[in-house]
Amino acid sequence: MTEPLLQFDKVCKSFFGVPVLHDISFQLSPGQVLGLVGENGSGKSTTMNIAGGVHPMDSGRMILAGADYQPRSPRDAQASGIAFIHQELNLFRNLTVAENLFIDGFPKLVRGLPLIDRRAAAARSAELLASVDLQVPPSTPVSRLSQGERQLVEIAKAFSADARIIIFDEPTTSLTQRETERLFDLIGRLKAKGIAVIYISHILGDVMRLCDDVVVLRDGHLVGSSPKSAMTIDRMISLMVGRTIDQLFPPRTTPPSAGRPVLEVRGLTQPGIVKEVSFSLQPGEVLGISGLMGSGRSEMARILFGLDPYESGEIVVAGETLPAASPAACMARGMAFLTEDRRAEGLMMEASIADNIALPSLSEHATGWLRMIERTRLGDDVRKVSEAVQIGARDLQRTLVKHLSGGNQQKVVIGKWLLRAPRIFILDEPTRGIDVGAKYEIYKIINRLAADGAGILFISSEIEELIGLCDRILVMGHGEIRGQHERAAFQREDILRSAMWDGLKEAV
Amino acid sequence: MAGRNRIRLLLLQNAPWLLFLALVVVFGLLSGRFLTPTNFVNILIQAAHIAIIAIGMTFVLLIAGIDLSVGATMYVSAAVLGLYLKGLPAVVSFPLTALIGLAFGAINAWFITRLRVAAFITTLATLFIGRGLALYLSDTKMVFFNDEILTFGRSAYLGIPSAIWAFVAVFVIALVVLRETTYGRQIYAVGADPEAAAKAGINVRRIVFSVYCICGLCAAIGGIVSASQVAVAASTFGFQKEFPVIAAAVLGGTSLFGGRGGVVGTVFGAVLIQTVENGLVMLNANPYLYPLIISSIIFIAVFIDSSRTAILERLERRKIRVEAA
Repeated sequence: MTEPLLQFDKVCKSFFGVPVLHDISFQLSPGQVLGLVGENGSGKSTTMNIAGGVHPMDSGRMILAGADYQPRSPRDAQASGIAFIHQELNLFRNLTVAENLFIDGFPKLVRGLPLIDRRAAAARSAELLASVDLQVPPSTPVSRLSQGERQLVEIAKAFSADARIIIFDEPTTSLTQRETERLFDLIGRLKAKGIAVIYISHILGDVMRLCDDVVVLRDGHLVGSSPKSAMTIDRMISLMVGRTIDQLFPPRTTPPSAGRPVLEVRGLTQPGIVKEVSFSLQPGEVLGISGLMGSGRSEMARILFGLDPYESGEIVVAGETLPAASPAACMARGMAFLTEDRRAEGLMMEASIADNIALPSLSEHATGWLRMIERTRLGDDVRKVSEAVQIGARDLQRTLVKHLSGGNQQKVVIGKWLLRAPRIFILDEPTRGIDVGAKYEIYKIINRLAADGAGILFISSEIEELIGLCDRILVMGHGEIRGQHERAAFQREDILRSAMWDGLKEAV
Repeated sequence: MAGRNRIRLLLLQNAPWLLFLALVVVFGLLSGRFLTPTNFVNILIQAAHIAIIAIGMTFVLLIAGIDLSVGATMYVSAAVLGLYLKGLPAVVSFPLTALIGLAFGAINAWFITRLRVAAFITTLATLFIGRGLALYLSDTKMVFFNDEILTFGRSAYLGIPSAIWAFVAVFVIALVVLRETTYGRQIYAVGADPEAAAKAGINVRRIVFSVYCICGLCAAIGGIVSASQVAVAASTFGFQKEFPVIAAAVLGGTSLFGGRGGVVGTVFGAVLIQTVENGLVMLNANPYLYPLIISSIIFIAVFIDSSRTAILERLERRKIRVEAA
């Protein structure tokens, strides 16, 4: 056994008082490929951000090649030989390949003068690009490269910094099969050179194929760490998921009604985004949409609500085919959309609760040829709605939304749509970033909406909440519907598997 | 879809050149004096101070910032030059004046990077502060410049007027800095994606700080050049200069959204704007029309920039599915 290159020793981290990592300890040797797996929010990225100098740790130690390692910035990490290849690549599209490689310091033409030696930069770039088998001139603008080629540029950049450890965060999500193969070959060569690799991925098949050892995280705890030989995909999945959550969900009491669906989607296709998506939503049904980040869930929701275009397919609302989807047309037909990012898209943070709730219904509360707003009736309606969703604030007119907790903010978003009495709710990650108690209340509201006969499309990354709440779950991947699971036969491992399985299918 | 976008992008990217050609043809047809070498030299001389200030503005726009206070900086530095530095020889007084502009820029930079006040607000405030300060210093009277400065304005070297020399010098230095230094390339990186730039180990705050200093410096140099040409700084000196200056940069292809553009285009934009003014003079157009026409051009410039950005975004939108090529 060689001496470990990097060692995590009881590393802990909290954000705003919420612990996200508990006593993480593992180690990495030169030439080793370590797989890091876990559900969204399990702490994989945080762990690697600590190693990459993006966040400082709260307590614990990292030891790099025998010495204490405390990076204060990404730059520190780079200088210590740790390169981090983020999922969202860190390249500047407006610059050339060579410029991207040397952005933190070009070779100089003359010592003491700040002028760039273009020729030396090009020559050195060509060498670096050759080492990752990328055949493009160093003067190519990055905007012209494909995702896979951009990734190779990032790896070349890691070489230029003489990295000893390279961290890959979900490197294959936007790569073609061929580009993925090329990346795997390259990782094999890195390994042969003695460079250690940490490989974060949801595609467990890839992890099994590439990695020597696997570390599994769940809720910020390290729950499994073993060599590949002692690990199977099934075991990884049950380690990632394994917890009981029976008390976390209010019981569903009303079954969805048969009869005409409130929403039908047939063959919805937009090149590069979604392909042949078809499903239907019954009144009173909670239909879950599962899938990994970047699987096309949110994009599909945006298309349904008319925010983005689609090329072919049909959206049928209550038996009527939508002519051209626009948010106004969707709202007029009783559709409501709670966006993934309520801060940016769903709420006016600087306005009061009442103003926020009233916004989408102003025209319904206007009379006369001047379309004056009926303040009294509007005020009454707003009060009714906020009682229905139980917003915990005394003065609806004066309390600004930015002062509310995440859970209460989400209730305001729901309330603002509720005022329009919609028949279809599209909820995109409605419980993200809110605490357990508030989540429970949101679940209760969702149940009641369904009991009142609305159809609910519930998009979530948390499989537990989908299982706890939905009548049916669709799984999306690569912009397609991958599988459908009925409530009677919910198995969280099956669902997770159908979201992650494709990597396995393609890899094996 | 994508093909049509690309064609539209190509048109938008070349729109300023086409506009320039059209203007030259129209003015040339309407006025016999327009298409003469003397007139073109005149246009260059008149455009010099706008071009110099716009070059500084380009640095700021490249990091997706804005500096509305350039006209005020111009006024303050020219007023100080005329009031307090008139006893000194030009070799001393000019650099001191430039330093005042630099200091002005540093104040903007400090508020923007340290106190995190939005650049728009900060520089709007310093615009009024600067103008007020200059009015106070000059007792709201006109500031007359001494012979030394006027000599600079009238002098020529190798047959080329000194205003054009100053303009060329600023341009060449800016061009080399932006294209041929690590610092210059880092400006582009910060403009494209400040977060990624920080992750790449670039000191983003220092870059942002420095571009506002450069902009202030250029505004003061522009002030000196302009002062040497008009001989006197009235209370309207540099008034509303931010408009033609920003328009020159944006017309030249520098994006208000950061990361794209450069000083070659900016110089071209400044010349374009000056050509319009000059052409209107040649045609004896009603002077009250100038602001109307200049502001239409500014509107076109900004419109072109946003359309271009929208199309670029559409072309570069992230794909989920990888379709077979």
